[in-house]
Amino acid sequence: MTSHAATMERGRSPERGLGVPTNKLGMWIFLTSEVMFFTGIIGSYIILRFGASDSWAAPGEVLNVTVTAVNTFILICSSVTMVKAFAAIENGDEKMLRIWLLATAIIGASFVGIQLFEYSELIHHGFLPSSGLYGSTFYSMTGFHGFHVTVGVLCILWVTLKAFRGGYTQENHQGVEVIGLYWHFVDLVWIILFTIVYLI
Amino acid sequence: MSEAGKQHPRYMLVFGGLAVLTAIEVTAAFMGFPRSVTIIVLLGLAGWKALLVALYFMHLKWEPRALKVLAAAPLLPAAIMVVVILMEYV
Repeated sequence: MTSHAATMERGRSPERGLGVPTNKLGMWIFLTSEVMFFTGIIGSYIILRFGASDSWAAPGEVLNVTVTAVNTFILICSSVTMVKAFAAIENGDEKMLRIWLLATAIIGASFVGIQLFEYSELIHHGFLPSSGLYGSTFYSMTGFHGFHVTVGVLCILWVTLKAFRGGYTQENHQGVEVIGLYWHFVDLVWIILFTIVYLI
Repeated sequence: MSEAGKQHPRYMLVFGGLAVLTAIEVTAAFMGFPRSVTIIVLLGLAGWKALLVALYFMHLKWEPRALKVLAAAPLLPAAIMVVVILMEYV
């Protein structure tokens, strides 16, 4: 019985490799591959920008920096609610876990909503993915990021649903930590992209 | 999370830092500094913010050294890639 319980415990939170649970290690390895993915995109951007700088408008001329700065702030807020969710379940507070997770999902979805509004405004003004190198790099970079945020929101909704069903406890909440890592990474990438795409 | 992670950082302080740095960044972008200065300042601020997120929100500061090395590993090939590309134009 004891050995069975031990197996169950290992199954829940296996401590292997680099001294961290396997699912967390897996997420970190995935995130390192994501760093290279975005570096590839940013690398292409540098080549195109330096090679054909005439194609780019000055910062703020085409893109609405104010709206996006607010959106950046919104994404940072969602990272805070995510860490608050994690801190809540670390302290065994399942109620606050649910509230903070729900807040994260809503704020994350708002980011995507504002990005779609921005796209519709830009398209309305004739700035399309086919509008030269500026347009194609803008929509590629922000689009891939927006896709990541959308996937993140869906995953957080899944985790939230599980939290409402009592799926996480003070002892077992690896899922919250792992989706949190992904979510903060997406925030981190946006910090870089916002600077490169909108301000430079 | 390992027991070391139980010491929760002051998240609101980090949040305040990120908000202030974002405001400085947006202001600095339109201050009319020479272009090269603007680019260096903005990339520095963005790097600082990214580091705050990785260290405190992703708890990297409290992770075992091996995981820190793993997390930092892609930065080397990424830096090589960006530097090599930039050398084409310098």
